[in-house]
Amino acid sequence: MTTLNQPEKVFAEPWEAQAFALAVKLSEQGYFTWKEWSEALAAEIKAGVDQSYYRNWLRALELLVTAKGLTTPDAIETRKEAWADAYRHTPHGKPVVLNAGR
Amino acid sequence: MSEHDHHHGHQAVPSDPTLRVKALESLLVEKGLVDPAALDALIDTYEHKVGPRNGARVVARAWVDPAYKRRLLADATSAIAELGYGGAQGEHVLALENTPQVHNLVVCTLCSCYPWSVLGLPPAWYKSAPYRSRAVIDPRGVLREFGLEIAEDVEVRVWDSTAELRYLVLPERPAGTEKMTEDQLASLVTRDAMVGVAKVKPA
Repeated sequence: MTTLNQPEKVFAEPWEAQAFALAVKLSEQGYFTWKEWSEALAAEIKAGVDQSYYRNWLRALELLVTAKGLTTPDAIETRKEAWADAYRHTPHGKPVVLNAGR
Repeated sequence: MSEHDHHHGHQAVPSDPTLRVKALESLLVEKGLVDPAALDALIDTYEHKVGPRNGARVVARAWVDPAYKRRLLADATSAIAELGYGGAQGEHVLALENTPQVHNLVVCTLCSCYPWSVLGLPPAWYKSAPYRSRAVIDPRGVLREFGLEIAEDVEVRVWDSTAELRYLVLPERPAGTEKMTEDQLASLVTRDAMVGVAKVKPA
């Protein structure tokens, strides 16, 4: 257990920050309550599939967002592939946009 | 990097979680459910603006102003708002006063509930399984690992945070700080002291 009082980086990677902000904003806008959010996150942590805090955060977010009908698991999977494709087809130094190079 | 060669000068595909978050965000933005600028503003707030300095100001004010301290202990959410701090996850905060007889320790056993408005986002150890599970079972042992020995005749109270109620420890003002200004006092107050895993030391 780290016991030092040193300031640490709030987010280790940019995706953690984005996942954090998505959950907070969606809750603020009433798509789910913070209690629902805490329960979803606690369930992921308890399930223990992953030890990383923000990976659990992301799993909880995907589950809650699809449970609330804001999007579907299929749509997420398809879109994820589209992003991967966009990276593969975007030359270095160019901004990555969806459907790039098609 | 070898991926560079494999992709003939195109960009490396980011990590799985990065792609998943990008997928989610782009879908939700397209539907108009979230505003990307609002996401960026929120991230900036928690990376740069909100942190334990807010809580330290609250504690220092309570030390120098007995009327403020009474308000803080009666209704921490409002007393914190007096200093301009509020927003997400600061809605219902209870302040816990440490005394020579009582030492308060805060945990969230199930996840990571924490008073963001005064402390920012929780440190890694607060979210860790060992802290979450052991703070309740063996608080004195956990405190010892933080270098804090609590005398046997002092009661240790452990508070389990929830989505509805978060806690801020009001540490004891250290001896020998009678002549310090409020600002000087605030600079002594640490995040760990406001979670209850440390005491405030005189400078």
